[in-house]
Amino acid sequence: MTNEALKAIITELLPAATFEESGQWLTIYVAPSDWHLLAKKLRTEAALLFDFLTCLTCIDWKTHLTMVYHLDSTKFRHNIVVKSKLGADNPAIETVSDIWQTANFHEREVYEMFGVNFINHPDLRLLILPDGWEGKKPMLKDFEDPINMIRL
Amino acid sequence: MVEEIGRTADGDIIINVGPQHPATHGVLHLVITINGETIKKVEPHLGYIHRSIEKMCESLTYRQFIYVTSRMDYLSSHINNHACALCVEKALQIEVSSRAQVVRILLDELTRIASHELWWGAMAMDLGAFTPFFHAFRERETINDIMEETCGARLTMNYIVPGGIMQDIHPNFQKRIKDFIKLYKSKISEYDELVTGNIIFQNRMKGVGYLSAEDAISFGVTGPAARGSNISCDVRKIYPYEIYDQLEFVEVLETGCDSFARYMVRIREMNQSIRIIEQLVDNIPEGDFQTKTKAVLKLPKGEFYQRVETARGEFGVYIVSEGGTTPYRIKFRSPGFSNLSALDHMARGSKLGDLVAIMGTLDLVIPDIDR
Amino acid sequence: MLSFSNISKSIDTWLNATFNSTWTMLFEMVIAGVGVISLFAILGLVLVLMERRVAAWIQIRLGPNRVGPGGMLQSLADTVKLLVKEGMTPDGADKFLFNLAPFIAIIVAMLLMAPIAFAKNFQLWDMNIGVLYVTAISSIMVISILMAGWASNNKYSLMGAMRSGAQIVSYELSAGLSILAIVVLSGSLNLNDIIQSQADGWWIFKGHIPVIIAFIIFIIAVTAETNRAPFDLAEAESELTAGFHTEYSGMKFALFFLAEYINVFIVCAIGATLFLGGWMPFHIGNWESFNHIMDYIPSSMWFFSKTFFLIFLIMWFRWTFPRLRIDQLLNLEWKYLLPISMFNLLLVTAMAILGWHF
Repeated sequence: MTNEALKAIITELLPAATFEESGQWLTIYVAPSDWHLLAKKLRTEAALLFDFLTCLTCIDWKTHLTMVYHLDSTKFRHNIVVKSKLGADNPAIETVSDIWQTANFHEREVYEMFGVNFINHPDLRLLILPDGWEGKKPMLKDFEDPINMIRL
Repeated sequence: MVEEIGRTADGDIIINVGPQHPATHGVLHLVITINGETIKKVEPHLGYIHRSIEKMCESLTYRQFIYVTSRMDYLSSHINNHACALCVEKALQIEVSSRAQVVRILLDELTRIASHELWWGAMAMDLGAFTPFFHAFRERETINDIMEETCGARLTMNYIVPGGIMQDIHPNFQKRIKDFIKLYKSKISEYDELVTGNIIFQNRMKGVGYLSAEDAISFGVTGPAARGSNISCDVRKIYPYEIYDQLEFVEVLETGCDSFARYMVRIREMNQSIRIIEQLVDNIPEGDFQTKTKAVLKLPKGEFYQRVETARGEFGVYIVSEGGTTPYRIKFRSPGFSNLSALDHMARGSKLGDLVAIMGTLDLVIPDIDR
Repeated sequence: MLSFSNISKSIDTWLNATFNSTWTMLFEMVIAGVGVISLFAILGLVLVLMERRVAAWIQIRLGPNRVGPGGMLQSLADTVKLLVKEGMTPDGADKFLFNLAPFIAIIVAMLLMAPIAFAKNFQLWDMNIGVLYVTAISSIMVISILMAGWASNNKYSLMGAMRSGAQIVSYELSAGLSILAIVVLSGSLNLNDIIQSQADGWWIFKGHIPVIIAFIIFIIAVTAETNRAPFDLAEAESELTAGFHTEYSGMKFALFFLAEYINVFIVCAIGATLFLGGWMPFHIGNWESFNHIMDYIPSSMWFFSKTFFLIFLIMWFRWTFPRLRIDQLLNLEWKYLLPISMFNLLLVTAMAILGWHF
């Protein structure tokens, strides 16, 4: 499906969404509050069927955080990128682990590394970091740890 | 944290499998709840080998960061390097000479065979048969020797640079690959005799760790694990990179959805890799092995995503560039991390002995999961 | 002629001539005890080395070849290492039972040596219920494993012990039933009588198909009873790290280890005695000249070569097969082996009554 067609369908689903086409794939910007609703529609809409959440991550832009979701459809093989801008303090977005089960682990990773709070996540605990690292957010740009140096 | 010692309120026993356990092949820590021999819950605790490679890469240049990625999935390190180089080349629009492309693919497929062979041996060992491990290593050593001669390394190859390969191939390269193919073809029937056809083995694998196609997609399972559930997800076929679209090979699919299907996918996939190698080994084009690139690479501002098929599934590199010499943010979408998330779903209700069969056929490599 | 029976007879005569009967008895007991213990040590060393060499041969590698000529002293070196290692007792363990368990294992193995006929007229205790004695004593083995698993206060150990308990108790049934087949045919529980009944041919050759079935079931069942792969669920290292002996170290672990190998030797010796004629040379019916040639090979040689052939068979299993799962293991016994061996026993009984064997 071409980017134009995708755009048309997604605009229909969520009129508030904005698009960017400069990258490899169509990029959609949504507000955190709209995301869960749109995700459900992207997953179930017959013409889209984005059933495969390839990659879920977060980028720290110092002033704000951006959640990035790479979606793929195993039936139609079209890809989109969904981005959502979160505030730097108390970033929160609704979980999509009920839609794509793989998001469960990926969101836990983002939670501990970036401190993003995933609302309604079934099991939001540290996954990779050891106990006692709650709230340290090591992947943020301003994180420095003099003992366990990560930055080379 | 759950209470890791003792019992749950229902009287089920909680046991820790790992981080030092013979079946986890690394430092994976699973907290499993069992009732007698039946598994009720599997909860992975990760991070024992987390090195924060993504954060490290933020202070490495685009030439340097490729070498770190060898340390993630060390069994398909060459393919990891390949993904990173492809991503950088895509961003800079570097044309790679056909000679370099062919050599890259040859080594990709050799890596895949080596990885599957190690998996085959290790998985049989998990199931209690020790001998296959040594038989698998006999062939794997031959591949490692080819790697050593051409790349200078046996495990973490670091042979790929943006723009091509680091140095030209060794004069023996083609001859030794042909020798390997001959060896492999004479020995592959032993694999079937020793393990695949064994009735005990088949009973241990069939119907164990059922993963339906819907669940596999939902959990983001890729690679042979997903192809065992009849999902077409081979990146080499669906999003071809390099010259994979010009090669003849079949995407191996099995419909069993169980451990045995995943096992058969890997065994058959090795034959497909051999097929690819046979097509290329005599047709390595002459020419430059490396395109001239600037000493310091600067990626344009933007975002770049490249996916490749490693031995374990879809590996994705996501580079966010601000136009500097180092990436602003790098995310590695590792296949093992997503595949592991399906473990709990697959293992519930099966016996403790099945857990090793399921983990074996997911082919977990712990540094790949932790990154 | 220098044979085991002649040596033992001459010692006996000399002792009787020198001391009175009480002292002779005592001395003979001491000699037998020392003999059994040294046989233990030698068997342990030989079997461990043999296992490693067989494994290496199957796995296309060399195996131990550094210590001593051809690696012969490797297991001796391992023993020394195990002897000087600290025998740890975990804090939460039941210390008495924990320390008792390995000794029970080894004592059971020692007791099983008594009725085995190593050569012609060379036996520690020629009792008239030899077969019954062996089956009865070998069941005590499970107690030591359960004891070890329970007293270790470790979940892996406990699970290993429970698996082992279920396994040994079930497989004893079909092992016993397949032994009964031979008892029915030879009409005696005395191991010597059973060997004598094979003077014109071993039971495996002259007993038709039912005895071959019994032999196969016997081999499967004793492999399971000695916790060897593919039935090594009690110590399945990829599932339970080391099963019931997870917490054991040093000499206490070595005793378990030794007991396992001795048990393998004993069950193979019993198998060789019942099915392959023990020390009885290879005889065919009444081919007198052929049988005489066979008699020139010493009886102890026959016994040990048969036993070691069976041991090799069990080692071959171990290094070839993957492990069964616990439910498959019990299914195999209760749904297949037990009904088959029961029916087989019936068949053998009919055969024995009608005299359909040679």
